[in-house]
Amino acid sequence: MTNDPRYSVDEPLPETPLPPGEPAPWVNPRIVGSAQPRVDGYERVSGSAVYPTDVSLPGMLHGAILRCPHAHALVREVDMSVARDMPGVHAVLTGSSPGADVEWGYRGYSAKLFDPHCRHHGEAVAAVAAETLDQAHDALAAITVDYEPLAFVLDAEQALEPGAPPVHEGGNRLEPETTERGDVARGLAEADQVVEARASTACEIHNPLERHGCVARWDGDHLTVWESTQGVYPVQAQLARMLQLPLAKVRVIGHYVGGGFGSKLQAGKYTVIAALLARLTARPVKVVLSREECQLSVGNRPRTAMRLKAGARADGTLTALDFAVLSAAGAYASGGTGGVDWQVRDLYLCPNVRTEATVALVNSGPARAMRAPGHPQGAWMLEQVMDELAQRLGLDPVELRLRNIPTVSQGSEGSLPYTSSGLRECLTEGAHAFGWSEARARAQGSGHLRRGVGMACGMWAAGGGWPPATVIVKLFADGSANLNLGASDIGTGTKTVMAMVVSEELGVPLDRIQIEHADTGTTQFASASGGSKTVPTEAPAVRAASLEVRRQLFELAAEELGVAADNLRIEGDAVVSISQPETRRKLVELQGLRRRALLVGVGYRGPNPEDKAIHPFAAHFCEVEVNTRTGEVRLLRFLAAQESGRVMNRLTFSNQVFGGIAWGVGLALTEERVLDAGGSGRVLGANLHDYRLPTALDVPAEQVSLPIDRPDVAANTVGAKGLGEPVTIPTAAAIANAVAHAAGVRVWDSPITPARLLALLAAAKEG
Amino acid sequence: MCDHSRDRQGGLTRRGFLGTVGAGAVAAATVGAQAGSAEPVRPINEDTRSVVLQVNGRRHTLQVEPRCTLLNVLRDRLGLTGAKPGCEAGECGACTVLIDGRPRYACMTLAVAAEGAEITTVEGLMRGEELGDVQRAFIAEDAFQCGYCTPGQVMAAEGLLRASSDPSRDQIRHAMSGNLCRCAAYEHIFRAVERAARTRRNGGAR
Repeated sequence: MTNDPRYSVDEPLPETPLPPGEPAPWVNPRIVGSAQPRVDGYERVSGSAVYPTDVSLPGMLHGAILRCPHAHALVREVDMSVARDMPGVHAVLTGSSPGADVEWGYRGYSAKLFDPHCRHHGEAVAAVAAETLDQAHDALAAITVDYEPLAFVLDAEQALEPGAPPVHEGGNRLEPETTERGDVARGLAEADQVVEARASTACEIHNPLERHGCVARWDGDHLTVWESTQGVYPVQAQLARMLQLPLAKVRVIGHYVGGGFGSKLQAGKYTVIAALLARLTARPVKVVLSREECQLSVGNRPRTAMRLKAGARADGTLTALDFAVLSAAGAYASGGTGGVDWQVRDLYLCPNVRTEATVALVNSGPARAMRAPGHPQGAWMLEQVMDELAQRLGLDPVELRLRNIPTVSQGSEGSLPYTSSGLRECLTEGAHAFGWSEARARAQGSGHLRRGVGMACGMWAAGGGWPPATVIVKLFADGSANLNLGASDIGTGTKTVMAMVVSEELGVPLDRIQIEHADTGTTQFASASGGSKTVPTEAPAVRAASLEVRRQLFELAAEELGVAADNLRIEGDAVVSISQPETRRKLVELQGLRRRALLVGVGYRGPNPEDKAIHPFAAHFCEVEVNTRTGEVRLLRFLAAQESGRVMNRLTFSNQVFGGIAWGVGLALTEERVLDAGGSGRVLGANLHDYRLPTALDVPAEQVSLPIDRPDVAANTVGAKGLGEPVTIPTAAAIANAVAHAAGVRVWDSPITPARLLALLAAAKEG
Repeated sequence: MCDHSRDRQGGLTRRGFLGTVGAGAVAAATVGAQAGSAEPVRPINEDTRSVVLQVNGRRHTLQVEPRCTLLNVLRDRLGLTGAKPGCEAGECGACTVLIDGRPRYACMTLAVAAEGAEITTVEGLMRGEELGDVQRAFIAEDAFQCGYCTPGQVMAAEGLLRASSDPSRDQIRHAMSGNLCRCAAYEHIFRAVERAARTRRNGGAR
């Protein structure tokens, strides 16, 4: 799986030219792999970083969007007559306003920007622009809408029942995606133990701390948008298409983004609305959604209902896996539902596997890719079943997994070998560092406080990166450099890692590298930062660009030093002859560089190997304390062993790992979008008080990041695979397994709330 | 989720304000927005008050609407965009500033209620271009990812260290629990607070 379609939103990806030859892998790199603080740390801690939410332009107006309060309704009439004349109001916008009667680009559906058929709570109905945000809200409150409420369906299972209210014409069931290898019936017959279970995961919402939003400004027919986004190029393409503008007249700037996690891979309706309001008013317009709007309309990790039947021989080898999942897409199938089957298909060696993934349409906000889409849910199912199998077989959970390490990527087309797999090392080194055997053997306790340990593994089906990527590196006459790349740094440390690559090849210290990025007006094409692919996609292009600069530098230095260009290397701030180290010259003293004032190198991302699969791996270990009186779960300690090829920056690596653990804590213990199923159909508690993001008190008391640092030389020219998503794939399952070990009952449905746990404990007591 | 003790420690909150003077109008507005009520709503934005705010050591005299929050004034009127809006409902902590040395949510503090207090924002921790020691510790420990919640985290940490020179890990976790970080850099934030505390104890304080 080299080009994961879930991460190329709508726009076809171009290709970049082949780089000239493959550079040799780094051996003992000087700066790559070390722990480096971020190159943009000053901006982020001083408050001087300008996020789109902070952008303020002369004459700027504030836009706000009126949203449908019903789960399903037709808009009969929108009366803006009062709002239009409210103090400070400059424009009102409905589907009949000039330029607003446009298709909103859901693939496979005909739906307008302001669609009179509102299929979920929070659908956009109208918008206003006013001098202040308070005035805009006052105006929204004065808009009257005549709605015709329609019957709705919120639950995926119910949506598939006969007679369920149709979300769209043509029924609520999408064509299931199935895969099959071997003979599952035979595999189950050969098994000595069979476990069959059902599990579910709750719907989660991305909730980046910076809410979705933008500022739009027109200069004549030229549009500039500051967007809180993971990728400026997809936003540019979407705006150009909807507003019928050439790409050259749409500039999207996304220097800083306050988190996205998959929910900001594309433009929002709010982006187009801001552009339309700005054109109507001839003023810049800022639209930043409220926290409530963010919970209704900009994506979610869908609820999944899963079933898995697994068979194994007495020695622990798996004989069959039979898996089915039903996901709720929301009102439009627009991504975020795939990937649930990948753990079952690929993580363990198993000859007989069948998967079926069904997606149902329901009347809630559409799902979107959310950090490792599908994968934590699949791990929640598979890894709990693996623990049940281990128990029945009398095997240690780590040992069972070690007996099923795959040799090839069975989930890929043609069962390709991996470029590298660190799954075994994640397990063995992780278990050793965690003290797994000792901790597992320790008594769980007889009082109401029970201790338990659990573990789980995971793989990420993407994470290899892919073309295209175009990067420019410039070396100035004083030995400082400029790095120009289109990718967004969504908080993963992209800028820092890329500067480290430049520094590795050119010797330029990090604090002498200026970075220009994420601006369609000044940088080169990059796909959105998602899929854990930014490092493996962009870093090889940065390396290629740096090497091109170095080639030019050595060419002019060779002439001045009277040695062959291939006999030169960079040492600190000097070019040095390899055979005669006393023949050297400082970069700043090279006459050729002074004369040119600038060397420019363009680097491209070459293709991935065609005959190999590129996957990162993880094993997570966790110790919990369960209070059997209150049902509370305390996370005592957690260790995450991650194999993502080469560790590029030890500091940002571990930060990603700890972040991934917290995301797993959210899935396992705290996060759940609640819909008013028995009543209005609305999203309940659409705020950060009721929707519980993990806090400083919810993360494990002790956390360890254990990198399995093994450069993957077959994957790409920097040897790194993706990290940001694999870090949260096994986490929730590891917690669930630890809770089951401690409490003696297993919670198959996320989140593991005290109420759920207490109910199961009570049921177990009654026998 | 948020640190409710901050609400108790004083300051008129937005919620309290709506409860006393604006409830009728706001309730009507809410109904209108959500259910499409035909009843026209009277705007409540026309009267303003003069307020004097002491921010980062400077006095500012401003005309503000009574409903205007301190966060809005800091960002939109004074250009101090370090404090971030994340929820504007006292849930996330991205807008945390110090009011008389203690961490407060600027979104839950009305500008008119902040009169007479010493307000410090993340910009107020700087000496010119030079970062404060908490900020430097955040960089050294990589105590952030996207950075959006970071100014609020820095101010919560600053408030803690002004009250306690040698906080335990447990005290740090509690003190930082009113500030959400969706990237979840918490582990590194704890280490940064510990580092900054060490720096101060060793005489690096300002």
